[in-house]
Amino acid sequence: MAKLNINGKVHDVDVEPGMPLLWAIREYAGLTGTKYGCGVAQCGSCTVHVDGAPVRSCVLPVSAAEGKKITTIEGLAVNGVLTKVQKAWLDHEVPQCGYCQSGIIMAVTALLNSKPKPTDADIDGAITNICRCGTFQQVREAIHAAAKA
Amino acid sequence: MDSIEMPRVSRRSFVIGAAAAGTGLAIGLKLPPFGPDVVRAADGSPEVTAWVVIKPDDTVVIRIARSEMGQGTLTGLAQMVAEELECDWSKVTTEYPTPGQSVKRKRAWGDFSTGGSRGIRNSHDYVRKGGAAARMMLVQAAADAWKVPVAECSAANSMVTHNPSGRKVSYGKVAEAAARLTPPKDVPLKDPKDWKIIGKPVKRLDTVDKLTGKQVYGFDLKLPGMLNAAIMECPVFGGKVKSFDAAKVSGRKGVKKVLPVGDSAVAVVADTWWQAKTALDALPIVWDEGPNAKVSSASIAEINKAGLDADQAFVGNKAGDAKGALAGAAKKVEAVYAYPFQNHAPMEPMNATAKYTADKCEVWVPTQNGEAAFAATLAASGLPADKCEVYKIHLGGGFGRRGAFHDYVTQAVRIAKQMPGVPVKLLWSREEDMRQGRFHPVTQCKLVGGFDASNNFTGLHMRISGQSILASVRPQAMKDGMDPATFQGLAPSGEFEFGYKGIPNYLIDHAMRNPHVPPGFWRGVNINQNAIYIECFMDELAAAAKQDPLEFRRKLMAKNPKHLAVLNAVAERAGWGKPAPKGVFRGLAQMKAFDSYVAACAEVSVSGGNKVKIHRIICATDPGHAVNPAQIERQIAGSFVYGLSALFEQECTVKNGRIEQENFNTYGSMKIAQMPKVESIVMPSGGFWGGVGEPTICVAAPAVLNAMAAAMGGKRIRSFPLKNHGITLV
Ligand code: FES
Ligand code: FES
Repeated sequence: MAKLNINGKVHDVDVEPGMPLLWAIREYAGLTGTKYGCGVAQCGSCTVHVDGAPVRSCVLPVSAAEGKKITTIEGLAVNGVLTKVQKAWLDHEVPQCGYCQSGIIMAVTALLNSKPKPTDADIDGAITNICRCGTFQQVREAIHAAAKA
Repeated sequence: MDSIEMPRVSRRSFVIGAAAAGTGLAIGLKLPPFGPDVVRAADGSPEVTAWVVIKPDDTVVIRIARSEMGQGTLTGLAQMVAEELECDWSKVTTEYPTPGQSVKRKRAWGDFSTGGSRGIRNSHDYVRKGGAAARMMLVQAAADAWKVPVAECSAANSMVTHNPSGRKVSYGKVAEAAARLTPPKDVPLKDPKDWKIIGKPVKRLDTVDKLTGKQVYGFDLKLPGMLNAAIMECPVFGGKVKSFDAAKVSGRKGVKKVLPVGDSAVAVVADTWWQAKTALDALPIVWDEGPNAKVSSASIAEINKAGLDADQAFVGNKAGDAKGALAGAAKKVEAVYAYPFQNHAPMEPMNATAKYTADKCEVWVPTQNGEAAFAATLAASGLPADKCEVYKIHLGGGFGRRGAFHDYVTQAVRIAKQMPGVPVKLLWSREEDMRQGRFHPVTQCKLVGGFDASNNFTGLHMRISGQSILASVRPQAMKDGMDPATFQGLAPSGEFEFGYKGIPNYLIDHAMRNPHVPPGFWRGVNINQNAIYIECFMDELAAAAKQDPLEFRRKLMAKNPKHLAVLNAVAERAGWGKPAPKGVFRGLAQMKAFDSYVAACAEVSVSGGNKVKIHRIICATDPGHAVNPAQIERQIAGSFVYGLSALFEQECTVKNGRIEQENFNTYGSMKIAQMPKVESIVMPSGGFWGGVGEPTICVAAPAVLNAMAAAMGGKRIRSFPLKNHGITLV
């Protein structure tokens, strides 16, 4: 039995400690906004924050997240009020299919927390998510817009 | 009723939720409490036409038969209906009718297929009429209530106005009466110049839930009592399961069942997918790999290579006497290109959820074609149409993989059949998704061009050798043994019309060579490599003739004014003919695809002989009518990501009869750092309806390749992906 603090709520999850955090979040905590795209830390669809840092949850064992603060996409908007990243995403109509966007939004949120005014080079270095629909042009625009907001 | 995660189409729609819960049809029922003649939505709101439900609070529910997978068709189709309905756009929501309902109502919503960039261009007429008829009925109902001639009334912004008196009534108030009227037979449509919503960059209807984690994809579906399945099919196509040792894993925590699925796959069903997947990984399976176990990429390439010079080939297009012209040519240019197998790799791997009992089979699935999913459900369940239903769930990308193929639906139903009454969600791992693709077909192409003694381009023979999609996927669409889809962008006329009809003699033919690897439609599909073949070769010919590539093309395009117009547009925007920034080189490409005319000009620099930087790509499209220019721009940029990922990084190689790549570490996809600036020129010329999601993909690769060749002193790469040549996109 592991105790996971997800979005401020503690979940007791009866999992093998080696199980990746992604599946604890999806299948035990029931939060399906965090996506599976590859399972091998390649695509970033599963990105969540662990103690504020962006983490690819598909390769992080549950045991490594115990006792830490986990934030998923569901934990960003408080009482339905979108964060400035989500707002920029809405204004710039970033998502196409949207499947990768939870992970990108989490990665971008972490980037802006550590670097409020990122350059294009900062973005290139920090955002390495795959988006098969190809929303990168809007992602970049929206990051800069969120940084200005 | 059990609680359920509703597969919502838009954040404000809820009607289909009841249908998804299996409580009866949401629509298509005539429910007596509301009167005998009105078709009702699940909440009792009247259906004015099959396309339009109006609620008492004026909410407009527009039915969408095609599937939204990111390309924006849901919003575009709603715009079409709303335009003619004259409704308040801010009150619009959408929902998907189910295929089962459609069957019961004699296909009231027409074709569900969402591929070939057909969502809008093949349904623009009848969906607009669905909106227009509803408007006419709403106006009529208001006129009847006021006892005034209908000609004195008009509709706008979800209100009917009696013009002489100024009286007004909202759609919600007259919808009930309107729904009782006989639909008009003659439904005139607006002149495009009067459009107010079509052609405007209105916001998508489906964004918010994609920002908060709320949007439910097939992968996210939860049903009460649901179990999860992981599957592995024989990795050698055509192989079968010989045996598996269920006892090795059946005692594992959460594991409920280890099952054969058809004769070629094994599934593990467990409480959670992680349990199922790890048990499957530990399950010993022995395969009978069948006759294809020795096939390799090299053996397939050998066969395709032989086809380049084969006597027999299907002629897809010709003019004059190409062979004669080439025989008499003073100078000949020859090149052989090759294009690999590629996987679609949509971000959301294949999945489907099924629940089976002896008198009902239900399937929840992200699909590009609800009707095809329905057909697969019928076939796999063995139940008749009135005992089957399919609920479309939002797709995490499709790109063709979820259109013509519903192998995952068949599998899910076969699993569910072995566990009656239990909903089972089948999820493929990325590895399964990579192995079990329906791959972009593999071809080679030999091009020979001839010039006369005065350096005039006199003849072209373009021989494609390799795989046919239709032969495998839709044999009934073959024409006397020929696969017309092979000739995308090279056809004599129609949606894929060849752009160089000014070449005096040309012959374009196909030696069909079908390996065992299953092919499929893909974003663009054959237009992608055909554009590389013809557009790179055009540059090769221009270079041989020592002519400017744009001028060389223009001379051949007098009979193709619309092709030429988009080409001119990108050339002009790029400043073709004027010097580029130092170290930057330009390349062009044009094509007609899915009834749209598209062209691109790429600006590229190459450092160290192998590091390619794309500074910008200008892309023009003439789709006839541009329903939502903002979404078209996004599709252009997105199609370039898909096309350039394919060009630089993607190949599925075959070894021992199976696909070698299993994940994104060996099957790369572009990142934001590599993304060029994409400038779009949307230039609808009116009078026709072209596609949007796919057409522009095809010009990305040849424009970049042509720019690269210019940057590398004429050095040409003719086989793909470029990573095989040590070339990377930076
Ligand atoms: S699912 Fe974790 S990085 Fe792809
Ligand atoms: S929006 Fe579809 S994968 Fe990124």
